[in-house]
Amino acid sequence: MTVTLFIPCFVDLFYPQVGMAMVRILEKLGHRVVCPDAPACCGQPAFNTGYWDESRDVAVRVLEQFRDAEVVVIASGSCGAMVKMFYPELFAGTPQEGLARQVSAKCFEFAQFLVDQLGVTDLGAQFPHKVTYHDGCHSLREMDIHEAPRKLLQRIQGLELVEMSQTICCGFGGTFSAKFPMISTAMGEVKCDLAAQTGVEYIVSSDSSCLMHIQGLIDRRKGRLKTIHLAEVLAMTAVR
Amino acid sequence: MNSPATQFKHDAVRLTADRRHRQIINTALDKYAVKRDEKKGLFQDWLGARQLAAETKWEAVNHLDRYLDQFVRGLEARGAKVHWASTGEQARDLILGILKARNARTVVKSKAMTAEEIHLNQALEKAGHTVVESDLGEFIVQLRGEPPYHIVFPAMHLTRSEIQETFQQKLGDAPSDNPEELTMVARRVLRQKYLQADAGITGANFAVADLGLISLTENEGNARLTAALPRTMITLLGIEKVVPRLEDLALFLPMLATVGAGQLISGYNTLYGGPRQPGEPDGPEEFHVVLLDNHRTALLADAEQRDTLHCIRCGACLNVCPIYRNIGGHSYGTTYCGPIGAVITPNLRGLQDWKHLSYSSSLCGACTEACPVGINLHHHLLQNRRNASRQKPSWWQKLAFQAFAPMANCRVLWSLVTKVGRAGQKLHPLVLGTRLDPAYAWTQTRDLPPIAKTSFKEWWRHRL
Repeated sequence: MTVTLFIPCFVDLFYPQVGMAMVRILEKLGHRVVCPDAPACCGQPAFNTGYWDESRDVAVRVLEQFRDAEVVVIASGSCGAMVKMFYPELFAGTPQEGLARQVSAKCFEFAQFLVDQLGVTDLGAQFPHKVTYHDGCHSLREMDIHEAPRKLLQRIQGLELVEMSQTICCGFGGTFSAKFPMISTAMGEVKCDLAAQTGVEYIVSSDSSCLMHIQGLIDRRKGRLKTIHLAEVLAMTAVR
Repeated sequence: MNSPATQFKHDAVRLTADRRHRQIINTALDKYAVKRDEKKGLFQDWLGARQLAAETKWEAVNHLDRYLDQFVRGLEARGAKVHWASTGEQARDLILGILKARNARTVVKSKAMTAEEIHLNQALEKAGHTVVESDLGEFIVQLRGEPPYHIVFPAMHLTRSEIQETFQQKLGDAPSDNPEELTMVARRVLRQKYLQADAGITGANFAVADLGLISLTENEGNARLTAALPRTMITLLGIEKVVPRLEDLALFLPMLATVGAGQLISGYNTLYGGPRQPGEPDGPEEFHVVLLDNHRTALLADAEQRDTLHCIRCGACLNVCPIYRNIGGHSYGTTYCGPIGAVITPNLRGLQDWKHLSYSSSLCGACTEACPVGINLHHHLLQNRRNASRQKPSWWQKLAFQAFAPMANCRVLWSLVTKVGRAGQKLHPLVLGTRLDPAYAWTQTRDLPPIAKTSFKEWWRHRL
């Protein structure tokens, strides 16, 4: 299968290793990976701020990039929800409505794609550490992804998964984190405390944006917890 | 006076920094969550029940004209007087008129968010009436001169010792901080008030259309005394409270108890149908029902947000909201706080003045997941944001997003942004954490990751 990879703008700049890990995993599984050379932003910042016209100006390019793709794998749960769940609404009543629905139907978040579309859970990875998993709210509640990342984690050799006592937002929320920094920070503190209570070394997630927020808070406090994207964990050592 | 947005930011920042306050709220809500989940587990099919509740409210709200008419005819047939109020002011004037005509000076009230919405107590006091809140939580916040902190738990932000202190100051009677003893103090005061009261004012949880009945849920029996002892009873309710049939309560009463307070069923569920009938030994001589619109018909006309009228004011969305749990109920500065307040307040009280509540959300969707009647709360927050910026765009945000589009779409410009960003980050430590820092909103509490030496696209091009 030819898999088109959607590397969102902030992953491109801050977390290229996440995209690289996805490329390696998909290629090892025998798929051809393509990635548009042009940059891509899903348009979520403008959309969430209420500027839907401006959001469409950005999003329309994403639609064009993926018009002919067989399947699109999105390297972020949040951007994934934007394309998969919100594009049909954003483009409703515009000439691109049909295209938005087509692209939405063939877009998948990475873990969702591996488990639900490919039926793969064991990638032969090793990661001898205790970890907890943070559900990004967009993955969890917009796309209903809960089991897929856990199935992948459970098959990693040496990995011990400890769940947090509460499923709660990390407080990032895109522009919210800058518009209401103190509320966002307080929410992040709650999240860090919940993670710390599990006694793990790593917080794993499918959302680099959440991890950017959580790691940013931990680093400022000189904490010892580390964050890592699920794809990076899966690409650790021997991918068969 | 500060604008609502300025006041909100000020209060939210102050309260999020108050770790003791956060601790009180989170401890209380964690205990609630355990009980709620236990009771939810007793439903054979919670999601099915939720779907049915949403459909029932949909039916009621989308045929509101018919069901309200049925509701009113049932009540009038038993001698109740029904009044219609388009605005809060009209509702206040109607109630003041009823009290004046009966020369009713002392009024006892049971818990009613709708009365908070129209600032009824202030209007009654201004007109010289004495008003006493009979719900224990409401009684406590009334003594302190505070609005309710939560739709269901009005005094949840207070500790036992704070309540003891309040009773000591205001009633001169507080033997200890033991909840039972404090309750007995309130009970002694309130029993006198019921007997003295000339009129009782209640809210309503549901308006049962087919039989013309008002359904009232409570845990203390205070609403029963409020309704039954005074000669005149007045019920104030929003027009959206309708459910089509009596049998619908078989679903809604346990559901409200479960998500509202983690109970299987509330202590008292009472149906009121009118004044004392011939041959009946008790009940009010006069029974007035005031039906309030106050912008609800504007929501009804909005197909996109009509489902906000499904709300049964259970508070479930507040309890799971990470924003509410950190900033608390009073920061909102509104009658309805939490997610439902952030959705409806801009529609009820002015989009531009209250849009900040719709922006103050990470859009995590915990509220929508918790709502027992399936209101798509966090998507409505997005719609409010869209409506607000369409109506009155902020020039700098519009400009920023317009400028971002060509940057994000063009390979050459994006490469330039990447390179400028890398260079800029080298200088960042010079201003980090100061007001000159362009990323101050982020960096005052969080570190920023460095831009990678090789971006993904650079790596990808090289690899090809």
